[in-house]
Amino acid sequence: MAVEHPVATQAGDQTRIHNIGYRTYDGPRLGRSYATRSLYSQSLRGAYGLGRSVKSKVLPMLLFVVMCVPAAIMVAVAVATKANDLPVDYTRYAIVMQAVISLYVASQAPQSVSRDLRFKTVPLYFSRPIETADYVRAKFAALASALFILTAAPLIVLYVGALLAKLDFADQTKGFAQGLVSVALLSLLFAGIGLVIASFTPRRGFGIAAVIAVMTISYGAVSTLQAIADAQSINGGGSADAIAWIGLFSPVTLIDGVQSAFLGASSAFPGGVGPSNGEGVVYVLVTLGLIAASYGLLMRRYKKVGL
Amino acid sequence: MYDPTVARLTYRALLGRRRALILGALPLLLIIISVLVRFLAGADDQTASDLLGGLALATMVPIIGVIAGTGAIGPEIDDGSVVYLLSKPVKRPTIIFTKLIVAIAVTMVFSALPTFIAGFILNGNGQQIAVAYTVAALVASIAYAAIFLLLGTVSRHAVVFGLVYALVWEALFGSLVEGARTLSVQQWSLAVAQKVAGGDMVTSDVALPTATVLLAVVTVLATWYAGQKLRSLTLAGEE
Repeated sequence: MAVEHPVATQAGDQTRIHNIGYRTYDGPRLGRSYATRSLYSQSLRGAYGLGRSVKSKVLPMLLFVVMCVPAAIMVAVAVATKANDLPVDYTRYAIVMQAVISLYVASQAPQSVSRDLRFKTVPLYFSRPIETADYVRAKFAALASALFILTAAPLIVLYVGALLAKLDFADQTKGFAQGLVSVALLSLLFAGIGLVIASFTPRRGFGIAAVIAVMTISYGAVSTLQAIADAQSINGGGSADAIAWIGLFSPVTLIDGVQSAFLGASSAFPGGVGPSNGEGVVYVLVTLGLIAASYGLLMRRYKKVGL
Repeated sequence: MYDPTVARLTYRALLGRRRALILGALPLLLIIISVLVRFLAGADDQTASDLLGGLALATMVPIIGVIAGTGAIGPEIDDGSVVYLLSKPVKRPTIIFTKLIVAIAVTMVFSALPTFIAGFILNGNGQQIAVAYTVAALVASIAYAAIFLLLGTVSRHAVVFGLVYALVWEALFGSLVEGARTLSVQQWSLAVAQKVAGGDMVTSDVALPTATVLLAVVTVLATWYAGQKLRSLTLAGEE
């Protein structure tokens, strides 16, 4: 016994540490920003079902096709009939297709965050170098980018088609640029709202229903109220201003108001009268405020999560 | 055919915790909007009809139907706890029938009742509009609950498909393509409402006999097939 124990130990204490050859990791450590970028790119791919099962590719791809096909048809018609203008403005396209965009947000926002909560993978993320802000920013940016791809792709189709149809280059480029700004705002706003709602439930199905309820019910309520206000103002009720103020209460009409005030779009509000410049400033402020608020709410939500 | 224990569990799954919040928020919003409209615009039959038809019947009833219909069985299949229910000596069609009753009841309470109240607030049931739309909501509740319960047993993405049907098919295609309206629960229920109202405020594109037959057939068929589906249910892991 004494030969195997060169170190003097107290009698009865058999504790010792063996070096059995584990090696420490001495390769490059890619760090926080790399982890954030990876989370971003994985979430973005996941939003279109890439790297996931075939079943989960079906819906996002289908919605993407549904978004682009009408644009392709319009271009085909414009080329064939040698029209002087596209049948739909660049800025109007997203408003017309808002049901599809809402469905996309509703299906992909819970996919992005609810499953992390349900399978308790969020604590695992935070055991890596990334922090709350990185997680929130990566998820927010990924969904906003996915939405931007969804909404900008048909605009590109329209733009390329318009150039092929030899429409006025300067005019089309201006409209295209205005359309891109508007869908970028729309993407940020919808992504924020969708993620905030989805991050509060680990149930995917419930998250989908909650997001779509907020999107469609608010739009349904606002457009109904606007229609009534419009009817009133025709009858001499003097509530034309009310139409613009009511529009503040749903995401779609909010974007509609912003672009008809500043991006040269024709308003889809009843009566076709968008907000004036002064009201337009309020619209922009509310839009930016909502985006900031959803970021803040997400940060608060993930300060403490599932531990 | 009706199992009280299954019913109790389903009620708790549907109305427990936050689910009840969203279910309660929608009707509350409808009533608030009705009060606002009555206050701002006064009582008007056309306004009442627009609001009840556009917001209550076209948007609120399908969404409540999706939440209640798929929520009655979807989450259980999703997290696998349905096996504990299926392993009990209860017939599977009985399970489906019980869950259907619960889903119908929840949809009716959260959609038809507020529609009725909103109708009375809007124009005090002038031209029977409140009653007509309430009847439409009641009828639609039955069909929606059955259809979405079936979807819950067929697909893991039941909520999405349910919403695609309710919003894209009924709202978007229904307004563009005439033929799509024949295959729309909303129009069937409107046909029933038209009969009740009698006037020309409530109109439907589908004749009453067609609508009632289609309603009955769809409800029965969906329930029967959901029962069959549950008999041969395979539990899949998360994608």
